[in-house]
Amino acid sequence: MIEPMDFLLWVRGTAFDVSLSIFVIGIVLRLFEILSLGRAANLAEPRGTEFGPGMKTILTRNIPEAGTFKRQPLTVIAGYVFHIGLLISLFFFVPHIQLFAATFGFGWPGLPTPIVDAATVLGIVGLLAVLWNRLTNPVMKLLSDKEDYLVWLLTFLPLLTGYLAYHRMVDPYPLILGLHILSIELFLILFPFTKLMHTFTLFLARWYNGAMHGRRGVQS
Amino acid sequence: MTDNSLTLGESLERQGVTRRGFLKFCTATASMLALPAGMVPTIAAALEKARRPSVIWLSFQECTGCTESLTRSHAPTVENLIFDYISLDYHHTLQAASGAAAEAAREKAMHENEGKFLLVVDGSIPLGHPGYSTIAGISNLQMLEETAAGAAAVIAVGTCAAFGGLPKAAPNPTGAVSVSDLITDKPIINVSGCPPIPSVITGVLAHYLTFGTLPELDQYGRPLAFFGTSIHDRCYRRPFYDKGLFAETFDDEGARKGWCLYKLGCKGPMAYNACATMKWNQGTSWPVESGHGCLGCSEPSFWDAGGFYKALSIPTGDISRTAGYAGAAGLAIGAAAVGLNRAAKSRAKKQHGTVTVDDLEKTS
Repeated sequence: MIEPMDFLLWVRGTAFDVSLSIFVIGIVLRLFEILSLGRAANLAEPRGTEFGPGMKTILTRNIPEAGTFKRQPLTVIAGYVFHIGLLISLFFFVPHIQLFAATFGFGWPGLPTPIVDAATVLGIVGLLAVLWNRLTNPVMKLLSDKEDYLVWLLTFLPLLTGYLAYHRMVDPYPLILGLHILSIELFLILFPFTKLMHTFTLFLARWYNGAMHGRRGVQS
Repeated sequence: MTDNSLTLGESLERQGVTRRGFLKFCTATASMLALPAGMVPTIAAALEKARRPSVIWLSFQECTGCTESLTRSHAPTVENLIFDYISLDYHHTLQAASGAAAEAAREKAMHENEGKFLLVVDGSIPLGHPGYSTIAGISNLQMLEETAAGAAAVIAVGTCAAFGGLPKAAPNPTGAVSVSDLITDKPIINVSGCPPIPSVITGVLAHYLTFGTLPELDQYGRPLAFFGTSIHDRCYRRPFYDKGLFAETFDDEGARKGWCLYKLGCKGPMAYNACATMKWNQGTSWPVESGHGCLGCSEPSFWDAGGFYKALSIPTGDISRTAGYAGAAGLAIGAAAVGLNRAAKSRAKKQHGTVTVDDLEKTS
């Protein structure tokens, strides 16, 4: 009879410790792996600097290239909408900030719940749009493999369960809150070993692109 | 003692309760149970004619807080009279008799009202060893099974009886279980809370006297009328939560201004109870109004749901330490992997020989 509460206590206890450990070990290991691999020494005489263009590219790549937007407007718009919705609901919902504060020892101000609520809806709608695009656009469909759909689901479930839990659309509440936390634990466990790792590697890749071009004295 | 043969209406009249006072109680009960106003005359008629039901109250592993809550509710109100006018035939804290005489009263009530009496239980039942809790040498388990066999329904009062409560908190040294873990063939109504709100008990009794059935229950067997909404959704501090205004400590400006207590560990979002609307001590106040977060005392396993002063969203373990250890482990494994990589690279470099065009011609 009290399974939902036992389930909630399990996801808030053991399961969270295990998934957090896998997440942190996985991330550190992957970053270490990438950074320590190094690159073969480039013996050619450099024509420009690496650092400046590298840092600049990290920022400039936030703006979508005009050609991409023309060819795939939905990818760009829905991609931005869902990322912004996801980031707002993840980092500016007060209960989430409490979790970060308990982990890192510092927090930051949150946003009022109606704004977070709207951001969550944007995130859900954006994710549905990118999925629809992936399934209907022949090129996208050809490029997609199982991992793409898995990563989509891992991102979608926390948003959906979070929305259901906040609005108490599932009874009993401990069950849906537990499912929400469990969905995030799955996300954490698979994060370092899937494309979700782009959250970190994105910056390395952009920097490398910028630096490489900077060294050759060309625009990146 | 009062005469058992009188109806409730007659007894109340003898006590000097006016018709107006009685109807007021019926109206309050109807609204408490979320029944339409048209039901008030039905309730009044049914209650007036109702015979006082025999009630046997069994106290097991409990702190008497539930009894304290009920008996020390408001000074003589109609609710109390109703409560007095059930025939409380056995309650080892409240009855004058003790020992064999007390047990005889229980036996008598059980046999005279076979299949009709209400059994109220507070406290959990230890399964670890029968000797952990006994009454007149009878183990709690034996007394419960014996008494419940002839009961019309069982009301589990308090979180201990309803869900195991404090005695069941990890590591549960006595092997405590709830009433519903043991009794499966009787209707059971859980009135959880540590302690529960007195009016909820009278509300449930009034419902039983009026309709002869138990009220609609939620998934935890609790009356929906009282446990249907969360503390969080009915909290008068909820607007502060939505606006993002929180008390950070118990004595900061936010606390003085009465802002939301979520960050101070309030478990209101997971607690289902009527405190926010019915309040305590004659409607004076309730925990959140007094400046302390809800402990979620009406929920199963609330003692083990993380610290009382830790926000609900924070996991129960020491996540900072877990993250630290995991980070260190990641660095160690990463460093080892780098070492192996380097060794493999330098081995490959050493084995690397230079080849000239002449060499190639020679070998071919």
